[in-house]
Amino acid sequence: MKCQKCDKKATFHITDLVDGEPSEVHLCEDCAQAFLAPPADDDASDVMPAMAGLLAQQLAVGETAEELARLDKQACPVCGITFREFRKQGRLGCPHDYVCFADELEPLLLNIHDEIHHVGKVPKGYGANAEQQTQLIRLRREMKEAVAREDYEEASKLRDEIRAIEATRDAPDPSGENA
Amino acid sequence: MPLNFEELAQASGEWLKGSGPESDIVISSRIRLARNLAEFPFIARATPADRIEIEKILHARIAASNDSKKFPGELLYVDVSELPEVDRAFLVERQLISRELSESDGARAVAIDKREQYSVMINEEDHLRIQVMHSGLDLETAWAQIDMLDDLIEEQVTYAYNEKLGYLTACPTNVGTGIRVSVMLHLPALVITRQIDKVFRSLQKINLAVRGLYGEGSQAMGDFYQISNQVTLGLSEQELVKKVSDVVPVLIDYERQAREFLVRESQETLHDRVSRAYGILRNAQTISSEETLHLLSSVRMGVNLGLIGDVAIPTVNKLFVHTQPAHLQKLAGMELDSSDRNIERASYLRRHLGGDGANTTHN
Ligand SMILES: [Zn+2]
Ligand SMILES: [Zn+2]
Repeated sequence: MKCQKCDKKATFHITDLVDGEPSEVHLCEDCAQAFLAPPADDDASDVMPAMAGLLAQQLAVGETAEELARLDKQACPVCGITFREFRKQGRLGCPHDYVCFADELEPLLLNIHDEIHHVGKVPKGYGANAEQQTQLIRLRREMKEAVAREDYEEASKLRDEIRAIEATRDAPDPSGENA
Repeated sequence: MPLNFEELAQASGEWLKGSGPESDIVISSRIRLARNLAEFPFIARATPADRIEIEKILHARIAASNDSKKFPGELLYVDVSELPEVDRAFLVERQLISRELSESDGARAVAIDKREQYSVMINEEDHLRIQVMHSGLDLETAWAQIDMLDDLIEEQVTYAYNEKLGYLTACPTNVGTGIRVSVMLHLPALVITRQIDKVFRSLQKINLAVRGLYGEGSQAMGDFYQISNQVTLGLSEQELVKKVSDVVPVLIDYERQAREFLVRESQETLHDRVSRAYGILRNAQTISSEETLHLLSSVRMGVNLGLIGDVAIPTVNKLFVHTQPAHLQKLAGMELDSSDRNIERASYLRRHLGGDGANTTHN
């Protein structure tokens, strides 16, 4: 099969979603690289502009168009980013994404780093409740939404919850226990 | 304290000193750490209000450790969102902020120490980008310093971190240690002898990335190449520092061999190339930034090989940066369009290389 953009042999068969509709694209290696590269404006300082490309490649191989469409609709409950948005921008929305998109990220991380386990530095204060941190992101978002719809009763309830968490967090935890 | 750009423009930053081990070939050693606050979304999903809050929190914390004298050196805190474009470009040319920080929108800032050794960017791709830069090959010291700085900031905030993946970053390419260890090398002889591609391919095989002087594209400006680790997960910070450190002597050796080869096999051609470059830089009436980088590269090699005796390496290093568009305008104290910049650049070069158009044949 010939590449859709030039006359070379097509070696990449990519499933792309255009406005939610899956479509097949057949490209040679050079054209595939250009196609998969993230938009020019965000690769200026990126050591690996091929990141979004790697991800697209891995998904194109592993998933059918339907599976990909389903995957794309998945959203992080904390920051609200969809998998499609991440796939397009190559940037995650919040720390929790590493948990909620773990199944998709793991092969990507292996592809990039050849490893999925951190062996380096550990923050000295680590042990402060990590669960609470993601909870804080969600509560802040809900509070903003409550304020936006002028539900001040709900907003002040949420503010109290945030303060309660912040109070426990600020007290140093001598046991250093993890969540 | 506000940053005094005029003072900074006259000064020469740490990485331009031209000192430190192997500084004929290794321009600078730099380490960067990417960090995020656990309780905020990453920048891509942060609202303008989130960004303002993140900036406020980090500004206050960095200022507090600076005031308590825990921070090494006195810091200048710059609100990047309020800077005119030329000042932002100036900081990019000086390698104190990234192009991404310069060009993005919303609340963002940088803290710089006066010697230009440290810079802490706020609201870049990650909430925090901590950077330490040294002249010459000195990655171990840079690591010791940035490790301490990271601890100092971490005392007061909670970083996004989990046991399995380490430091969590906006881009999965940085997750784990969040560290980018890089050295900037001047490799003109490997370019002239056409061995540079071979070198790149072997570096890529061992998972090291290669980029040009000001980042984008593969075409390096003025034969400067930045080598850095590509992997950030599964190896410790020390191992990654070592991985980059270990390859540098090999590259230095290749470059020295290529230079010796040129001196031995084509002394006249080499001497001619260097002298012509020097001659043009000392006499041109108008010159582009690309041509300047290209010629300065030959001059720099010529000085290191003893073919040019009356210029010092720190002067040449300084010229590389001071002839960039934003620097020229800051030094001239006015905005200049592209053709005026070419004239100003030529005049700046003549002044600093002792060429006046008159005494050009004088060695
Ligand atoms: Zn093609
Ligand atoms: Zn999220």
